Amino acid sequence: MSTPRSSAADRSLAPSDIASSPDTRHGEILYIENVTVSFDGFKALDDLTLYIEDGELRCIIGPNGAGKTTLMDVITGKTRPDAGTLFFGSNLDLSQMSEHEIARAGIGRKFQTPTLFEGLSVFENLELALDAPKTVFSTLFARLGAAQRERIEQALETVGLADTAERRAGELAHGQKQWLEIGMLLVQNPRLLLIDEPVAGMTHAEVDRTTRLLSDLAGSHTVVVVEHDMEFVRSLESRVSVLHQGQLLAEGDMQTIQNDERVIEVYLGG
Amino acid sequence: MASDPVERRPILSPVGWLLFAAFAVFSVVLLPVLHLLPGADSALRVPDFAIPLLGKFLCYAMVALAVDLIWGYAGILSLGHGTFFALGGYAMGMYLMRSIGTEGVYRSELPDFMVFLDWKELPWFWYGFDQFWFAALMVFAVPGLLAFVFGWFAFRSRIRGVYFSIITQAMTYAFMLLFFRNNTGFGGNNGLTDFKRLLGFSLQDPATRIGLYVASALAFLGVFLVCRGIVTSKLGRVLEAVRDGEDKVRFSGYDTFHFKLFVWTLSAVLCGLAGALYVPQVGIINPSEMQPANSIEMAVWVAVGGRGTLVGAAAGAWIVSAAKSWFTVAAPDLWLYVLGALFVGVTLFLPQGVVGSLLALRRGASR
Repeated sequence: MSTPRSSAADRSLAPSDIASSPDTRHGEILYIENVTVSFDGFKALDDLTLYIEDGELRCIIGPNGAGKTTLMDVITGKTRPDAGTLFFGSNLDLSQMSEHEIARAGIGRKFQTPTLFEGLSVFENLELALDAPKTVFSTLFARLGAAQRERIEQALETVGLADTAERRAGELAHGQKQWLEIGMLLVQNPRLLLIDEPVAGMTHAEVDRTTRLLSDLAGSHTVVVVEHDMEFVRSLESRVSVLHQGQLLAEGDMQTIQNDERVIEVYLGG
Repeated sequence: MASDPVERRPILSPVGWLLFAAFAVFSVVLLPVLHLLPGADSALRVPDFAIPLLGKFLCYAMVALAVDLIWGYAGILSLGHGTFFALGGYAMGMYLMRSIGTEGVYRSELPDFMVFLDWKELPWFWYGFDQFWFAALMVFAVPGLLAFVFGWFAFRSRIRGVYFSIITQAMTYAFMLLFFRNNTGFGGNNGLTDFKRLLGFSLQDPATRIGLYVASALAFLGVFLVCRGIVTSKLGRVLEAVRDGEDKVRFSGYDTFHFKLFVWTLSAVLCGLAGALYVPQVGIINPSEMQPANSIEMAVWVAVGGRGTLVGAAAGAWIVSAAKSWFTVAAPDLWLYVLGALFVGVTLFLPQGVVGSLLALRRGASR
């Protein structure tokens, strides 16, 4: 191949992807305006408006059925909104993009239950997530560059899976699977990370590590965390949005949220 | 390895290359020599009937590789690959019909079945098939184009799993009915047969038969390397990822539609090649090759040998075909029951297939 090796390894985005990176000059990276999604008449999201600032760490909480996962689905293109607009930066209309285009533009997602390529090794899972050219032709002739290998190994260290690099992902314990999926997000290097219940099934020590990791990521990345675990949300010290019946119920820091009458009513049922 | 600036997984391990070379020498050199050199009554002699039979088995093995590529790796189960095999076979058959010239029963320029149907001129879609290069091109182009169009609509609509398999089964059935009709222009239920020559060489000549066998062996070795090249590439890992969780692959930034369409079309093209080599060795191509049962048998080959192993798929084709050859002579009525029992037995007791289980054992022992 005629491309110089070093540049092939460093080239994290194909030229077409650079053209479609989000414009965040106004400060916001995600604009969700009046979005409605209904399933057979049930409104999972009901005229929801929500903005996420570039580089912030945001937690989204809410009781079951509040629309948290639907929100993730809409942002990543898995579900199409029935009404409203969704913009990544001020320039990319997410409702017009397919899942892989949204991913290439820089939105990464970690699912609620760990979703891995179970038949592949831990290393190979990371290799596929790595931000490298992702077309049929480029993967057919792809060679793993030293810089790429280094980034994968770095991610393995970060998520504590260096010893299990050659094991099949399907053989990992539940907590390790959660970490592997976070590692896949790291090497994918998205601008915006959507993380659905990251600490489910983790031990206390692991939760602490996750807290540190997510806090470190914020700033250079925008991180949106959906979580049930209030203890964990409190430890993140981030802005919190509360969803209820597909609508935004309250927004603010944890202190404000906890004293909000409506939030107390929804959570305590009374 | 770690000091290498760029890496790609090797197509075969050193031991793998050694085995590959051994098989190549055995199939391409040793078998033909053992057919030609020893005296007629020598125990070492490979008998006459064995040469086209082995050539036929090599064609089946190519089909098994093509099916394993999409099923074992990408998780796409086709129950219609008989169509692609037959279309490659028909393209070759049309060339063979045209090269009969005026030596047919009716001494006409037209193929016999057209004279029989009282057709006065060659249908337009038979034009060009008097040229070998054109027919050779069509061997790849026709199955490839059909698979591309079929795959385009099916994968674009995100049809997968058992629904996809059922549609492929319906496709092969529809093609079988279409080709059974005399009006379709491919000889109806008799198909194309009574071939005389290929590139000027008489098909009755033992040397031609050996040539065709060797061509099949070389094609098989080539197809095997192409498939290995794909499954050891990053593309191969993307395909395995599609098998394990297609949504996740999309969210990782891959357009799975393109990946599936690529490997599906390639698989069909490889089947077409196998069909084209098969037809001159068995001397006939007819719509029965498109029977739903034939395509299912192709999937059984792969299941018996072991999905996602390539070598296993080829071995599965040989195991099942050898059993079929024996049973259809010894107890023809029993064969379908044996095939069914084989499939059920393998699914229940050897889910990784015969070769797949052996490979797993070896991996376990070396750990």
